[in-house]
Amino acid sequence: MYQFNYHRPASLDEAASLMAGADDGTYLSGGMTLIPTLKQRLAAPSDVIDLGGIGALSGITDNGNTISVGAMTRHAEVAASNAIPALADLAGQIGDAHVRNRGTIGGSIANSDPAADYPAAVVALDSTIHTTERSIAGGDFFQGLFETALDEGEIITSVEFTKPTSAAYAKFPNPASRYAVVGVFVARCGDATCVGVTGAGPCAFRWSELEAELAKSFSASAVANAALDHSEFNADIHASAEFRGNLVRVMAERAVASLT
Amino acid sequence: MEISITVNGRSEALDVPDNALLADVLRERLGLTGTHVGCDTSQCGACVVHMDGAAVKSCTVLAGQANGAEVTTIEGIGNPDNLHPMQAAFRENHALQCGFCTPGMIMSAIDLVQKADGQLDEGDVRDGLEGNLCRCTGYHNIVKAVLAAQDDMKSA
Repeated sequence: MYQFNYHRPASLDEAASLMAGADDGTYLSGGMTLIPTLKQRLAAPSDVIDLGGIGALSGITDNGNTISVGAMTRHAEVAASNAIPALADLAGQIGDAHVRNRGTIGGSIANSDPAADYPAAVVALDSTIHTTERSIAGGDFFQGLFETALDEGEIITSVEFTKPTSAAYAKFPNPASRYAVVGVFVARCGDATCVGVTGAGPCAFRWSELEAELAKSFSASAVANAALDHSEFNADIHASAEFRGNLVRVMAERAVASLT
Repeated sequence: MEISITVNGRSEALDVPDNALLADVLRERLGLTGTHVGCDTSQCGACVVHMDGAAVKSCTVLAGQANGAEVTTIEGIGNPDNLHPMQAAFRENHALQCGFCTPGMIMSAIDLVQKADGQLDEGDVRDGLEGNLCRCTGYHNIVKAVLAAQDDMKSA
């Protein structure tokens, strides 16, 4: 690792002022991506500002129709929660037990890794990202490969999810890293169905063609009728774009089948 | 920077570089070399310790993040004359070959058993140890040992 100045502020205001005063600062949440990145010398921040000392950022609140998940809430805590069972199931599939004991929802979505799990739920569920500056609709949050709507210095404080009528997450994990080669989150909210896809594109997205088909007939066989363009999908040593396109269909079928 | 951590029940005040890792502090500053660094890329789990009651990969925790925390390493759970039930079960079931992964396996397995909701079965143990790699590939006996130890830990 290159040298950096480590800070552990006790409040959001202190964190923001440390960031404003840093040459090239970065926030640290669980560190499950950032620390390996630093160790490989793929990043050289002047200052690492650890949000782990800000207690108000952690915990899950049930508001009735919605739940609020504090940005520093660990995956293990979400996995053990029961307000949105499909979200708990998703969190329990992230990485391994040790990663789930450290990694956080805020860190995960702020990174917008194309293979992260949470983004599928953020776009499929009616969700809102609350930050130190504003509230951002979940559907507007992910903007590209490792790109989000967050401005410089802005900190996610919580993620609010509307409880679906029912929901399911189906994932094809990379067997070594357990990142999603493809993950599909299907959420039924009253009459509407929303489908979030992660792993396949530069960032998580809604599969609106399938949503339209599921509105006509909520069944796994509807997946075959939904158009899906895989030409711009990710292609790497783990899976070609074409294979990912097929996996999106298979995972969608599994998620829908589990809800019928 | 100055940090204070409680390791195996002992309070330690240390001056460490800002970019120090918990694994390196444990091994190089405190001489607790039972915590192994295998892959150093947060995959193998040889460096697993307990931090504030949760199993974590200490090669992927900054020393600053551990400031104020209670840490337990493999040295803190038993000794040769009084093995922890998990250590005894590993010995009894031949759950180690070269032994390099063993400290991380044992620390992960203890956390797994302590947090289990009811009795673990073989699948639970294999899932729970997903983040620990044994390059001798001695998984069968490791799983047997964890299943055996869960009963011993409850009666201990």
